[in-house]
Amino acid sequence: MSNEVNAPRPAKPPSANKDKVIVRGLNFYYGENHALKEVTLSLFEGQVTAFIGPSGCGKSTLLRVLNRMYDLYPGQRAEGEVLLDGENILSKGLDLNLLRSRVGMVFQKPTPFPMTIYDNIAFGVRLYEKLPKSEMDGRVESSLKRTALWNEVKDKLNASGLSLSGGQQQRLCIARTVAISPEVILFDEPTSALDPISTAKIEELLDELSGEYTIAIVTHNMQQAARVSHYTAFMYLGEMVEFNETNTVFTSPRDKRTQDYVTGRFG
Amino acid sequence: MVEHTVKSYDKELDALERLIAEMGGIAEKMVIEAMDALANADTVLAHQVVATDPRLDALQREIEDMAVMTIARRQPVAVDLRELIGAIRIAGDLERVGDLAKSIAKRTVKIGAEARVPRAIVGLKHMNEVATELLKDVLDAYAQRDEERARDVWERDIDLDALEDSVFRDLLTHMMEDPRNISFCAHLLFSSKNIERIGDHATNIAETVVYLVTGEPMPTERPRGRAELDIDIDAAGGDV
Repeated sequence: MSNEVNAPRPAKPPSANKDKVIVRGLNFYYGENHALKEVTLSLFEGQVTAFIGPSGCGKSTLLRVLNRMYDLYPGQRAEGEVLLDGENILSKGLDLNLLRSRVGMVFQKPTPFPMTIYDNIAFGVRLYEKLPKSEMDGRVESSLKRTALWNEVKDKLNASGLSLSGGQQQRLCIARTVAISPEVILFDEPTSALDPISTAKIEELLDELSGEYTIAIVTHNMQQAARVSHYTAFMYLGEMVEFNETNTVFTSPRDKRTQDYVTGRFG
Repeated sequence: MVEHTVKSYDKELDALERLIAEMGGIAEKMVIEAMDALANADTVLAHQVVATDPRLDALQREIEDMAVMTIARRQPVAVDLRELIGAIRIAGDLERVGDLAKSIAKRTVKIGAEARVPRAIVGLKHMNEVATELLKDVLDAYAQRDEERARDVWERDIDLDALEDSVFRDLLTHMMEDPRNISFCAHLLFSSKNIERIGDHATNIAETVVYLVTGEPMPTERPRGRAELDIDIDAAGGDV
């Protein structure tokens, strides 16, 4: 890590990147409303990609396409291609449960289930795997350790998940996602409801998880995008305006609209 | 450029730019007056130049404080970040220009009523005109965010280096002609080095302006005449 000091989060050179998710010519409609217009980009394996842009630009919509969350609502449809390891996840016959075990999601507000801390994690695992008690214990422990929550909750695994603080709840949700060993994790403004210390812990976690997982994060906090991501995509009015290495986007963006947005000159 | 949503942000950046302009004006004036004082043996003017320097130092500190504050408060990125880093750098260069002018002025005082060689000073005056021109042009380039003009200054610094070479030879000749000239000419020699350095600072500012405008750094190698190397060799092996 020779360049650790001057560039704490260097993006890999583009040649070293392997496409994990390829989005090609994606269009998305909420009924009549054309929310995503011909979006094309790649999520690189083991790298963090941040999506920034003003409200309503389509970044959360894009995230919701990546694990077909929109399927839960009628009248919403996606056209184009979203390839996960080369397989189009928009195709009709796809097993959604399997997809969502491969592409996990963490939301803006912590959403622990109203059950014990232990079960919050075990619940998701049980949907996909039948594990003996001892293995399940191990899985719960490793997930909680992975998300730096273990020391705080190891003596109260049978307490309700709702008894934790907001920041802890969010880390519990991340532990829950990690427990089922997804390949891609989507974060939709994961720290917007948290205090600065909890936010720092989540950011540290993102750092830890990158490399092993392919991560996409939507954030309104520009500095957060600059801190945690390797690549940044700026979206505006449903279009992908600029997709580039994060260092470039925040020092010398190529597109004037990107510059106006990241410097706070918009509209 | 489009204004920031937060108006006070623009005000801070504007204020910084005005302070840089003020520093630039003062530094330019110091360089011109230091040479006038030297050429005319005007110790009163020389003292004035020396007395101006603290103002330049204070302005530099003010610019740095303000830029640091803005960085802490606004977490600037992209062009704004480059503006602020640029302001800090340019303020540093201008402060050094002031120091160099002050150093020339101090020599004028030191020379005092010593024997002078009016002919020896002609080349130096010419050098100073070129340096002043570079400084003026680069400050204009900064004010107008004019990348082309900044690159032009960057390239023209070679002329100043070449002039320094010829001034050096000139002064050596005067010293060899009459040892009584040595003290005075030695002072001029140091002054010519100071002027050459003023050109270097103008070049630094030019690099900063290009970075500020384009976001791309200039090449690390500055234009440099071969002259500088040559004279040392000639001086050591040849004339002295």
